[in-house]
Amino acid sequence: MPLLEVKKMTHYFGGLRAVNDYSLKIDAGEVRGLIGPNGAGKTTIFNLITGIYTPTEGNVILDGESTIGLRPHQVAARGLGRTFQELRLWRHMSVLEHVMMARYSKLSYGLIGAFLGTSKRLKEEEESRQIAMKMLDMLEIKHLAGDSIANLPYGAQRRVEMARALATEPKVLFLDEPTVGMTPEELNQMMDIFRRVRDELGLAIFLIEHRLKMVMELCDRIQTLVFGEVIAEGVPEEIQNNPKVIEAYLGKEAVT
Amino acid sequence: MMRNMLNRFAEVPLAAWLIGALCAVYLEQWVGDPLTELLLLPKIPVLFGCLIVLKTPKLIPSTVVFLILIYAVPICVIAYAVRKPANMIAAKLFSGPIWISAILHLGLLYLILHIWSDISAYRELTLKFTLIAIIVTLSLNLINGYMGEFSCSHPGFMALGAYGASVFSLVLFADDKNFGEALLPGILGPFMFPLGLIFGGFISAIGALVVAIPSFRTRGDYLAIISLAFTFIVKSLIENLEFIGGPRGLGSQPDFSNLLVVFIWTVLCVWIINNYVQSVYGKATNAVRDDEIAADAMTVDTRKTKMVTFMFAAFWAGVAGGLFAHVLRFVNPSTFGIQKLAEVLAMVYFGGLNSVYGSIVGAVSLSLLGEALRPLELFKWIIIPLLLILVMIYRPTGLIAFKEFNIRNLIQPKHIPEDEV
Repeated sequence: MPLLEVKKMTHYFGGLRAVNDYSLKIDAGEVRGLIGPNGAGKTTIFNLITGIYTPTEGNVILDGESTIGLRPHQVAARGLGRTFQELRLWRHMSVLEHVMMARYSKLSYGLIGAFLGTSKRLKEEEESRQIAMKMLDMLEIKHLAGDSIANLPYGAQRRVEMARALATEPKVLFLDEPTVGMTPEELNQMMDIFRRVRDELGLAIFLIEHRLKMVMELCDRIQTLVFGEVIAEGVPEEIQNNPKVIEAYLGKEAVT
Repeated sequence: MMRNMLNRFAEVPLAAWLIGALCAVYLEQWVGDPLTELLLLPKIPVLFGCLIVLKTPKLIPSTVVFLILIYAVPICVIAYAVRKPANMIAAKLFSGPIWISAILHLGLLYLILHIWSDISAYRELTLKFTLIAIIVTLSLNLINGYMGEFSCSHPGFMALGAYGASVFSLVLFADDKNFGEALLPGILGPFMFPLGLIFGGFISAIGALVVAIPSFRTRGDYLAIISLAFTFIVKSLIENLEFIGGPRGLGSQPDFSNLLVVFIWTVLCVWIINNYVQSVYGKATNAVRDDEIAADAMTVDTRKTKMVTFMFAAFWAGVAGGLFAHVLRFVNPSTFGIQKLAEVLAMVYFGGLNSVYGSIVGAVSLSLLGEALRPLELFKWIIIPLLLILVMIYRPTGLIAFKEFNIRNLIQPKHIPEDEV
């Protein structure tokens, strides 16, 4: 049984069909790529699977259970962590607070603990602080823990977003163009981090990316999406040589 | 020279300042009256001369002299003189459980306020209203500052709490023409009073639920509109309910709100709200404010966070309303109108969003300012908004925004490195 399975998902925005008959199977430890030109519906697919939108048709099954109808935070708590294409950080919070916030669903001290500062709360918050520090350490930004998010360079903010997503203890990590705007050097560091995260935490990664070089190097299998439909799926070499993909990216003349 | 002086005062702990203030208020009781005669003042300046500034400006110089002689000099001298023993005691207390040290500091603070307010009934009343204003401001700050929504329903919540607590104590402990004879012996009253306040708070929280259900389905300006409507609905509802007095209001509540009670509730409020906003659950309100979609994706239950925070804030507004009703020993619906709303909003935005310090500063300074500008009557409401506009221009988030209130830092002993001594 695959870890995450999407069955025949279709979604309409009003009369516009944004995603058509999309299917996906991801196993644990697998790195999956989703490529396609701008406006193909890649981010929409992310939003559908993570529960921000409810698909018009189809089903999403995580670990044998359907997540359709759950609210986004419930889907996230079940094990779908994600980052965003346009950084979505909380601008008045520190780095450590960001990562600790992602432990929200793991806390159980409740409102009484929050109001009165019980010893249970102190214990649980200390635990989540340690986990958060571990995540920051893994992403090599431990030294920034106390810094305010607004003062960080772009690359570091990306890492904070990754650390935050990892702190939710995801089974599948969704990365929406995680290397946008990065220098080649930062890109290489980021790829090392992806590999390390996959190996150390054993989680599956589902990646939207524009840089084909990176996708080809990193992903086990790749899907190509054009106008909401998957036109090609396979291992990197297959995708690279698929005429439909080349056509979608470069236009018709390039093929003939 | 100046810097040197300031450096020396850096090692004065909070405890020493409190001891200094305690001596100052004692001094005022002792020599206040002879000194006023000497300085040709009619009486002791009640609110640090705030009232004199506009009423009788020619007394300003002698008031300033009075303030320097009674407050500034003794506080500084004594605080500086006792800094070493105070530091030692603070250090000893600091190594034990934090709450013992906190309670001792608070006890000292209460003693100061008590002696200070003993001078006149007006002082005591203003002090009580200021403390209540702190509760209201802080609770509104939860919604408008920490959660970044814009709520206008605080007067409505206060009204619900005020009437809830009033009905509670009138039914149980007072012979009232509306509710008949007292059901319980009056001696139980002060002990049951907290229950009355909590009862009022819960009524407010239920009112908050009514506002929250429709307005938190979406994000945007809905809350502002619905909550404003709520304030007016509550007001006209009370005006039309004859059994609680209608527009005439409800009077002769038993005198349960003495200074100690108000002080304890204010401290409780500050403590609990401060606990909440520093917990992950409370920080979730910041996450919802700054980016709700990201909060959702990070497993934060955004709807619950918003609902709980809103009802929690309403609860405290209700408690404040109950205290208010029992301080004034009279409530009528017109108290809780648009002017109250303007006052509370001004305190929140003046003091600073997302900050416990800010709320305290905002509530205290605008309460004092309100009293100082009282001779201007209605023109007061031109000056205060103008001031608010200036704050908005130069410090858009308020005087002390986004600052964490840390009890440990406040009461810790202050040492400077050995080589500087």
